[in-house]
Amino acid sequence: MTSTPEPEDIAAPYWRGAAEGVLVLQRCGNCGVVRHYPRAICSACQSELVEPQQADGRGTVHSWTVTHHAFDPRLADDLPYTLVTVDMREGVRVLGRLDGDTAPAIDLPVRITFAPGLDGTPVPHFEVETS
Amino acid sequence: MSRASVVGVGETEYTKRSPRSALQHQLEASLTAIADAGLTPGDVDGVIPIGITGAPVEEYVADFGITDLRFSAVVPHGGASAVGALQLAGAAIAAGLCSTVLVPFGRNTSSGAKAGQRIHTMPQFHFVSEYERPAGNIAPAQLYAPMARRHMELYGTTSEQFGEIAVSTREHALLNGRGLMTKPITLADHQASRMITDPFRLLDCSLESDGGAAFVVTSPERARDLAQTPVDLLGSAMGHPDSPSSITQRPDLTRVGVAKAAALAFEAAGVTHADIDVAEIYDCFTYIVLCQLEDLGFCAKGEGGPFVEGGRLRLGGELPTNTHGGLLSQSHMLAVNHVVELVRQLRGTAGAAQVAGAETGLVTGYGDMGDGGVAILRKGTS
Repeated sequence: MTSTPEPEDIAAPYWRGAAEGVLVLQRCGNCGVVRHYPRAICSACQSELVEPQQADGRGTVHSWTVTHHAFDPRLADDLPYTLVTVDMREGVRVLGRLDGDTAPAIDLPVRITFAPGLDGTPVPHFEVETS
Repeated sequence: MSRASVVGVGETEYTKRSPRSALQHQLEASLTAIADAGLTPGDVDGVIPIGITGAPVEEYVADFGITDLRFSAVVPHGGASAVGALQLAGAAIAAGLCSTVLVPFGRNTSSGAKAGQRIHTMPQFHFVSEYERPAGNIAPAQLYAPMARRHMELYGTTSEQFGEIAVSTREHALLNGRGLMTKPITLADHQASRMITDPFRLLDCSLESDGGAAFVVTSPERARDLAQTPVDLLGSAMGHPDSPSSITQRPDLTRVGVAKAAALAFEAAGVTHADIDVAEIYDCFTYIVLCQLEDLGFCAKGEGGPFVEGGRLRLGGELPTNTHGGLLSQSHMLAVNHVVELVRQLRGTAGAAQVAGAETGLVTGYGDMGDGGVAILRKGTS
């Protein structure tokens, strides 16, 4: 089912998924290209037609930073924390927290979950995949 | 053939926790630049205020007694705005829209919001604000750190190479006399400075500072009749990275907007890299200098680390860079101070940090998450 959402609703499927712990991407209803973050039209064909697509959830680390300074005082107890940029299998990237003790490395396989972040907003977390 | 010349430059004192407002800094720097040119405030007929702290042009009309403002615009590209404004001023003058353009900047950040708060008021950062800030990705240092980390992993670039940029820039600040930073640093100091967000240590990060800087642009013909040796704008270009508003989604994390602008600017200027005597490279973080040196074509992608070693960026080196101390050690004036310094270098009035015989120079801007600008200037004939 393809729909043309109101502009203010383009991110709603992502946030509904995040609240349920799953990554929901946008798939163009015209050309099928998958995109993220949510946008009003497809960057490949400029179509407004869009449908939600639940992601596989697996990806590999593209880059990262380990933060040692509390840019928000509410994060002081989290220090240090690792933010990873992850190449998802669908070809888009997601930024989130890396959980666990494994040091980040390029191509490290990870799997997404969600957990509450600042203001309770659900944010991506990644766990290292053990195959 | 140049179509515009920079004829006046001005700066305020650079401090922290200044009692003076952003507007006061802008007006003071502007008046200094206008007087430097040998003009009066009412001669200005174009204004391009820089940055989110920029006062509306109506303030200048009223405060400067401008009776016939013919051109105004805003360049919304953060740290690339100063070079963008220089380009736009040149285009407006060449098109006959106006004759004399003021580009003012001034801020009071120490007493206000820090960069990690400011960017979230800006629409171009909305993806960061909505999707990444809740995870703790808040400040520019965190946004750019994965770019640097990727470069290190792919090419073997080291923190010590970032440190070389911090050390040489500090050396230049000490010679400048206006720099906020007044003590020399060593590579060991850089390595011992606290980690902010890996791989950026404290001494990889630019300053939060207060003050103002401004420059005045007019036609080359008019420039010859004014007070200073004119500095001609030979060529300029702007460029934007792919996925400009989300670094996370950017196909190549190691390339920024100047990669698209550099060849255009060199072609327009009719000069080559070997002609560049001095460079003022946007330096919000050490790595951003290294990355731009590659994207500008001074070395190949991945070779920026070895390129900055051996004193190449120091006075007396092959490419003296950020001879005023930059955003890292002089003051964070959003690269308006970079334009000011390049003009002084090409006039031959840069004081203790003067590059002997400098005739042609380059200035860049890097804004928001990678918007880029390049301008190439040359000493004119008075």
